[in-house]
Amino acid sequence: TPVLADGFGLGRDATPDEVAAWDIDVRPDGQGLPEGRGTVAEGEEIFTAQCAVCHGDFGEGVGRWPNIAGGQGSLADEDPVKTVGSYWPYLSTVWDYVHRAMPFGNAQSLTDDEVYALTAYILYLNDVVLEEDFELSHENFTEIRLENEDGFYMDDRDTLEVPQLTGEPCMEACKPSVEITMRARVLDVTPDTADDDAAA
Amino acid sequence: MSERSGKTGSTRREFLSKSLVAGGAAMVAGKAAAAGDPAITQVQPWAQMLGEGVDARPYGTPSPFEAHVVRRNVPWLTADPVSSVSFTPLHELDGIITPNGLCFERHHAGIAEVDPGEYRLMINGLVDRPLVFTLQDLLRFPRENRVYFLECAANSGMEWRGSQLNGCQFTHGMIHNVMYTGIPLRLLLEEAGVKTSAAWIMPEGADAAAMTRSIPLEKAMDDCLVAFRMNGEALRPEQGYPVRLVVPGWEGNMWVKWLRRIEVGDQPWHHREETSAYTDLMPDGRARRFTWVMDAKSVITSPSPQAPITHGPGHTVITGVAWSGRGAILRVDVTLDGGITWHQARMSGPSFDKSMHRFYYEFDWDGRPLLLQSRAMDSTGYVQPTKEKLRELRGLSSIYHNNGIQTWAVNEQGVAENVEIS
Repeated sequence: TPVLADGFGLGRDATPDEVAAWDIDVRPDGQGLPEGRGTVAEGEEIFTAQCAVCHGDFGEGVGRWPNIAGGQGSLADEDPVKTVGSYWPYLSTVWDYVHRAMPFGNAQSLTDDEVYALTAYILYLNDVVLEEDFELSHENFTEIRLENEDGFYMDDRDTLEVPQLTGEPCMEACKPSVEITMRARVLDVTPDTADDDAAA
Repeated sequence: MSERSGKTGSTRREFLSKSLVAGGAAMVAGKAAAAGDPAITQVQPWAQMLGEGVDARPYGTPSPFEAHVVRRNVPWLTADPVSSVSFTPLHELDGIITPNGLCFERHHAGIAEVDPGEYRLMINGLVDRPLVFTLQDLLRFPRENRVYFLECAANSGMEWRGSQLNGCQFTHGMIHNVMYTGIPLRLLLEEAGVKTSAAWIMPEGADAAAMTRSIPLEKAMDDCLVAFRMNGEALRPEQGYPVRLVVPGWEGNMWVKWLRRIEVGDQPWHHREETSAYTDLMPDGRARRFTWVMDAKSVITSPSPQAPITHGPGHTVITGVAWSGRGAILRVDVTLDGGITWHQARMSGPSFDKSMHRFYYEFDWDGRPLLLQSRAMDSTGYVQPTKEKLRELRGLSSIYHNNGIQTWAVNEQGVAENVEIS
């Protein structure tokens, strides 16, 4: 390994194959997408076999496992339902995350075409595409837009909150009276207490 | 001393059983006093028999009397303990350093057990020369030692809608504070040569979640560390052994564990952990993204629901921790009456930027009920807000970044409870 001219001369050049093996990330502009394609129908088959046990046949989520479809229009509700269709801004995130981290317990086992097919099926579950023969590929990928792309904005605490929360606070006679309005023990969901109560 | 019912029963019984094992300390104040305390008048086994030798405990563990000082999890919080969280037992700790074995855990695909001989760190993207480092390579860079808190963005998240979990371990225990030894990330990036078009980096983990986050290059070049030691020893596997990223003052999710790759780019990646998660939903249905810094926060760790007052009225020590992602904590105020009157607490121990700080408030408790709160102020002048104020600013659905003031109601028996007050 040749010593580098600058710096500490530590490390070695990464080979193109090494970079290709680990550099699998995809961006909203499509950078990082490999060549490939898959249809909704193909995706449904893979989803049923590998995903539905946790995420449900229609992406509704089983038990506490994440739901990935539905909830459109619920984000300002008391109980918002945040899914790919209702909340996620970019389709690239779906492709990237499914490819890098799913199925849970068997990550990075899906081929590129399978990930395109699953992504197409997730679009179908969320009514972003309506036809079962819709094919998603590296060529039409960036044409797809999700509903909530414009639903995010940069952290604005510095301008919105910090000025209100900075300065000398009240030390004396800060309010006329105080009342308890809520108690955690009423909910009784803290672990390792049921047996203790029985024993008490 | 009367037996107590309710949530603090276990803690109290642990305390009593420890006292009894230690020789009947509970009897000291009673009729045995005249005859003398048997803990003194009787020869104790440890004063008579030989203990274990220096070869018995090659890696020491806490006293068996401290067996209750452990991480806990809340099974109903998540679908599976593999992508889940455990909580630091803050109520049992003092000072500012969290013991390595008690540091809370948050994994997305369980604990990766990485062979250090097979460990590689790659730097690629907008660099002059993509590089690969071994662990041995990393150990040859100049190192720094820094104490920082690592707080999960979701710490106290279950409390957004009201009092839910009864104990500071559960309401505030997604935090730890250790001394990291590591390489300034800047040195590694400079070794690869960052191109002028670069504006962001993306660390990536080696576990099955392959965790990724986008971090602005300015932060990466400022104070981020690529760390391989915590509190002097190698990182624990659950904290990213052999190498993790340290992102001082910023939400824990960005402190990528089992760090295998850092890509340099000109735009953020908008990956799962910065779109679906770690974005903060506001009342109008839009969401803040890139809410990186953890604002000033504090909590009284004792008394607290898991650490009741067991000694009755008289001189009483209130203690807790405070921290801020924006700087150091210069001052903490404590109230005994729910915020009508505040008293300046006493800070003790080292005061580092973006680290935990320890405070104490000692007072003579008259046995009347208390409504305890602490209020941190950081070196920028930011004052920890009430939960009410935060809800006014953000509504109820933002999940992350709850740094609101915590209230413990202490009753006449010294039992403490997580409450909200007007």
